[in-house]
Amino acid sequence: MSETALLSTPATSPRSASRTSWAWLSASYTLAVREVVRFLRQRSRVMSAIGQPIIFWILFGAGLAGSFQTGGAAGDSVSFQEYFLPGVAVLIVLFTSIFSSISVIQDRNEGFLQGVLVAPVPRASIVLGKVLGGTFLALLQAVLFVAIAPLMHLIHLAPPIHLNLSPVAIFGGLLFLTLISMGLCALGYLFAWKIDSIQGYHGVMSIVLLPMWLISGAFFPGDQSVWLTWLMRLNPLTYGVAGLRQVMSSSPTGISNLPSFGVCLTVTTVFAVGCLLADIWVTRRDQAIH
Amino acid sequence: MELPTSLDKVATPHGWSFEFELTGEETEWEQANEPAVTARKPLWTKWQRHSVWTYCELSMPAVTVEQLEYRYGERTALAGVSFDVAEGEIFGLLGPNGSGKTTLFRILSTLLPVQTGKAIVGGYDVSRDPDGARRQIGVTFQSPSLDIKLTVLENLIHQGRLYGLTGTRLRTRCAEVMEQLGVADRARDYAERLSGGLKRRVEIAKCLLHDPRILLLDEPSTGLDPGARYDLWKVLQSLRDEHGVTILVTTHLMEEADRCTRLAILDLGNLIAEGKPDELRSMVGGDSLTIQSDQPEQLSQKLQQRFGVQASRIGDALRIEREGGHELLGEIATGFPGEFRSLTLGKPTLEDVFIKLTGRDLQTTESPTTGKKKRGSHV
Repeated sequence: MSETALLSTPATSPRSASRTSWAWLSASYTLAVREVVRFLRQRSRVMSAIGQPIIFWILFGAGLAGSFQTGGAAGDSVSFQEYFLPGVAVLIVLFTSIFSSISVIQDRNEGFLQGVLVAPVPRASIVLGKVLGGTFLALLQAVLFVAIAPLMHLIHLAPPIHLNLSPVAIFGGLLFLTLISMGLCALGYLFAWKIDSIQGYHGVMSIVLLPMWLISGAFFPGDQSVWLTWLMRLNPLTYGVAGLRQVMSSSPTGISNLPSFGVCLTVTTVFAVGCLLADIWVTRRDQAIH
Repeated sequence: MELPTSLDKVATPHGWSFEFELTGEETEWEQANEPAVTARKPLWTKWQRHSVWTYCELSMPAVTVEQLEYRYGERTALAGVSFDVAEGEIFGLLGPNGSGKTTLFRILSTLLPVQTGKAIVGGYDVSRDPDGARRQIGVTFQSPSLDIKLTVLENLIHQGRLYGLTGTRLRTRCAEVMEQLGVADRARDYAERLSGGLKRRVEIAKCLLHDPRILLLDEPSTGLDPGARYDLWKVLQSLRDEHGVTILVTTHLMEEADRCTRLAILDLGNLIAEGKPDELRSMVGGDSLTIQSDQPEQLSQKLQQRFGVQASRIGDALRIEREGGHELLGEIATGFPGEFRSLTLGKPTLEDVFIKLTGRDLQTTESPTTGKKKRGSHV
C-alpha cells in the first residue's frame, strides 16, 4: 500500500502513544475493573450490600407471613418470602447501582473524574466503563443472595423456597438481572451526572429510586387499587421484576397476573439501552464541571 | 500520485507541510482519531528530516490562544486573551484568584468548551478536535486526580489503559515514569498513604505515561511544603531540559513565576503583561521600598509633602518605587522615627510588577468587579 498524505503539524511524531482499534474498549474495561477493585477493598460495603437485603428478607418475611396470600388453594399458595425473593434480588441491584452512581459524584469531588475526562477516549467508553462496573457488582451480589437465601430454611429463618433451577431458568434469571442492573446503573448515572453532592443524591434516592422499587411489584402485588395498578404499569422496573419472577418461579401460582414474558423482556431492554444512550448524550453535552 | 522531490512543493495552514509515504495499514480507530496522518517513513534522509523537525518545532507554537473569551452566565471570566507558547518553554500564567487562569487552563485541557476565540494545543484546535489535543497534553489538576483506594502502580496502569497502552509497553512505561519521578519504591503503596509532595509526583508520573509533548499544570504547588515545591520544580525543569516537554503552569506564587522562562500576567480575565520575568521586573525599575505603618494615610501625606514622592497604599503598607531607594530609606528612617513599624528595601519583584499594573497585590482575592470566585472547586 502506498499513499501520500499531508502532514500539517509536528504533532504526529512517534512520541504519541500506540493506539489500536480497541483502545476505547480498553478504557471501558479499566474503568469497570477499577469499580470492582474499589468495591472489594471496602469490606463494610461488601457486608452491607449483602447483609442488609438478607435481613430485610428474613424480617419482612417473618413479619408479613400471616397477612400475605396469593390466589389458589392453601397447599398451592406461595409464601411471602418466596414471593419477596426476586424483589430482594432487585433491591440488591438497586442499592448497588445507587452506590455505583454515588461513586460518580465522589470521583468528581475527589478529582479522579477530571483525569478521565481529559483522556482521549470516547465519552461513550467512560459511560460504559462506569455502568458495566456497577452492573457486574450488582449481578454478583444478587446471584449470591439468590443462592444463599433458600439455605436460610435450614436454620429455620425461612420457609422452604421452591426455585426453578433448570438451565433455561438460570440463564433467564441472569439475563434479567443483568438488564435490570444495567438499566438502574445507567439511570443512577444520569442523576449523578447532574447532581453535585452526595446529599443531593440521597434525595433522588428516596424520592425516585426507592419508590420506583416499591411500586414495581417487588414488595407487594398491588392489584387492589386502580391508581396503584396504573403507576405500576408505567414503571419500567415492574417489567424487570415481573420477568425475573416468571423465570425464577417453579409454579404458575402468583405469576398469572403479570405482563407477558415478551413484553417484560422488551421493556427491560429498551429501558436499559435508553438510559445508556441518555448517559452518553449527557456526558458528551456537558463536562460535569460544577 | 507523483511524490514530491523537494520540500517546497506542499503547504499547510502554518506554512509548512510535507508529503510522506505511508506504509502499513492504518486501523479504523487511528483513521477516525487522527486528523493529520501518521508519518512512518519520510521520503528524505534522516538528517534532512531532523533538520525539518527542528525547524517545525521552533517555528510552530506548542499552544496558541487567540482572542479567547469565556463567560459563566453574566460573569466574564476571560475577556479576549491571546498568547503563544513556544516549544520547550516553561510558560507561567500568573494572576490572583479569580483572574481567569483556571478557566483558561480548563479550556486548554478540553474540560470547558471554547465559547469565542480559538485555542490550539499541540497543533490541534481544542474545539474541533479535542481528542487530538488530549493526546498531546498531560494534565495535572489543582486537586489530585489519583484514586486513593488504589496503589501507585494501579493508578498508573489505569491511566495507561485510558491512553491505549497495554501489555509490556504499559508495564515498561509505568516503570519508566516511576523511576523518572522517584516514586518507584512506593509502587505498592496505596495513594492515600502518600504525602502531598509524593502524591503530586505520582500525579505528574501519571500524566507523563503517554509521553505528552505539553504539560499543563494548574497551581502545582498547592498544598506542598517548600521542600516538596523545590523538588517539584527540579522535576519540571529536567522534563523540559532533557525531554523537550513544553510546560504551561498557572500560579499565584511569585517564586514559581520566577522559575518560568516566560510569563503572562492575567487580571480580571485580561492579559495585562507578557514577557520574561526579568523583562517584566524591569518595567518597575529602581528599588522598591515598603513601609509598614499604623497610620499609612498620614505618613503618605507627609512623605508627599517632604520628599515629593507618590506612595501607593497596599493594605497597611505603603510602597514607593524609585531609583536610589537606599537614600530615601535613610531619610525616612531619620525623618519619621516611630511612625513606621518596618522599612524594607528591595529590588522589584513580580509582585511589584503586578501591583504597578493593577494597583492591587496578588493575594487579594476580592477583585472590584468580579467578586469572589469559587476556589478549589473540583471538576
